[in-house]
Amino acid sequence: MSDAILEIKDLHVQYNTDDAVVHALNGLNLTLEKGGVLGLVGETGAGKTTMALSILKLLPEKVGQVTKGTITYNSLDILKARKHQMMKLRGAKISMIFQDPMTSLNPIITVGDQILEVLDLHFPDMDKNEKDQKVDEILGLVGIQAKRKDEFPHQFSGGMKQRIGIAMALVAEPELLLADEPTTALDVTIQAQILKLMKELKDKFDTSMILITHDLGVVAEFCENVAIVYSGEIIEKGTIEDVFTRDHNHPYTEGLFNSIPNLTCDTERLVPIPGFMADPTNLPAGCKFAERCKYCMEECKTHVPPSYAIGTHSIKCFLFSDMEGDK
Amino acid sequence: MKRKNIKSSGSIVNRGSWGLVLFRFRKNKLAMIGLVVIMILVIASLTAPLYIDYETVYTQCIKDRFLTPGTDGHILGTDQLGRDLFARIIYGGRISLLAGLITVAMALALGVLLGGVAGYFGGWVDNVIMRFCDVFMAVPRMLLAMAVSAALGQGTFKMVIALSVAAFPRFARVVRSSILSLRGQEFIEAARCYGSSSPRIIYKHIIPNGLGPVIISATLSLGSTILSIASLGFLGIGVAPPTPEWGTILAENRINIRYYPHLGLVPGLFIVVCVMCLNFMGDGLRDAMDPRSKV
Repeated sequence: MSDAILEIKDLHVQYNTDDAVVHALNGLNLTLEKGGVLGLVGETGAGKTTMALSILKLLPEKVGQVTKGTITYNSLDILKARKHQMMKLRGAKISMIFQDPMTSLNPIITVGDQILEVLDLHFPDMDKNEKDQKVDEILGLVGIQAKRKDEFPHQFSGGMKQRIGIAMALVAEPELLLADEPTTALDVTIQAQILKLMKELKDKFDTSMILITHDLGVVAEFCENVAIVYSGEIIEKGTIEDVFTRDHNHPYTEGLFNSIPNLTCDTERLVPIPGFMADPTNLPAGCKFAERCKYCMEECKTHVPPSYAIGTHSIKCFLFSDMEGDK
Repeated sequence: MKRKNIKSSGSIVNRGSWGLVLFRFRKNKLAMIGLVVIMILVIASLTAPLYIDYETVYTQCIKDRFLTPGTDGHILGTDQLGRDLFARIIYGGRISLLAGLITVAMALALGVLLGGVAGYFGGWVDNVIMRFCDVFMAVPRMLLAMAVSAALGQGTFKMVIALSVAAFPRFARVVRSSILSLRGQEFIEAARCYGSSSPRIIYKHIIPNGLGPVIISATLSLGSTILSIASLGFLGIGVAPPTPEWGTILAENRINIRYYPHLGLVPGLFIVVCVMCLNFMGDGLRDAMDPRSKV
């Protein structure tokens, strides 16, 4: 096992809004190995994007606040890092792909110049010709003709814009890539293309990656490890095999799987997970999924379950308290 | 910045992004007419001393009163004091155009500063500045300008100040709202993620994106400012006679319009044409500066 490139320990993040304190992350633990691909799955509002922003230290100023925990990137404590250190890190070492390619590109700057901008920021000494060459090269890699670099974002389709977004994220050859739902805004055929492209580029540049998504299919296709996020904590994590064989799953993950149509059997209706996610302004004392859980026990309501590890697989649920260690 | 453009013939033309704006602007006939007319007016006013002696503007000659256009070398005739109308119109244009330009520039500077600070810092700073602007906006522009010039007294520069005070809140609003809408855009956040610093984001992303609306509203308000200058002149609280200015000229000749209509028509026409052309230009600029508009 290679070294960890990113380690998040017991991260608590809250948003202090005018109305209430929103507990977005509640003790999130995560480790990403060098070169690894981790899929982060969870429903809207589970704290996935908050986690990505925390890693880049770009939580909204004054509102977003890390109250507890550490984020370590290559033995650098991100939460204690200085502003200029972070600025050097962003884009060059840690990069991000955004959810909506329609809005994440500046509409009045040509795409070539936008990619060039990243190089200008991080390689001020690089020769202009060399930079131009790199831009052409990365555009070629994401499958866009280099001669189109003088066009504006509105002249490209959604899928092409996302390719440009990927080109921008990768042009400085970062070590860690945060992909925040990169395919959500795209249609399914383009999704497959983009995922394939990301996989190729990831191998080429040897980038570690966190893929944030709410599509379990994408995770199965793309990732080596998967973590399920619920109410700002990771309730289950393991390798793809651990989770997707469905021998043991957190009740929430089980619910997620039951919400996916199965082609091989005749199910009349899908089984949704009843209820809504716990109110992040007023979290329950015990397990945050207890209210919606069909296996809910008395202790679930009062105590937060610890993580029970079964080999590489760990589940944060009392149901698995007696299974620890065996596989 | 290079930009490729495919013409109908199939040849590819490289243009800078400003070249593209120019290209689109050129295709807009009305805007081009506006630009040409304004250029003629500006050049005619600026070069006036080369072909009209300044003395002619003031020289009164009782026996040459109310000459019809074309007589005795008076291209546009003379007014009730026998002054050459053409000379007064041309020299009046210097005042009208220049005062308009200075007014807009002053209002713009103040508006960009206040609006920029309000939009960028937000919070209570934004509140204080915007409520301050609201106070000014609550009073009709013309009324405010009249009140200020009445308080300061008559004079060209005082009128300029009065009009800029009346005009700046609108600029402040335009600048603030475009900064606010830009600040929330994802590409600004993306720029931050790629390691841009705040000054760089302002310089590279916010200013170029916000520039368009500001230039457009400045061009459009130049027309209305020239109109306001003429109105104040007409009411007798703007430029002081005998200094020529289109509104003042109109006011001086008001009583004789019934018998000598050209005395009213000429300055009136100059005002109308000038304002209209500026508005055409503003509209043309707005269309040309939008990168999403089709070429």
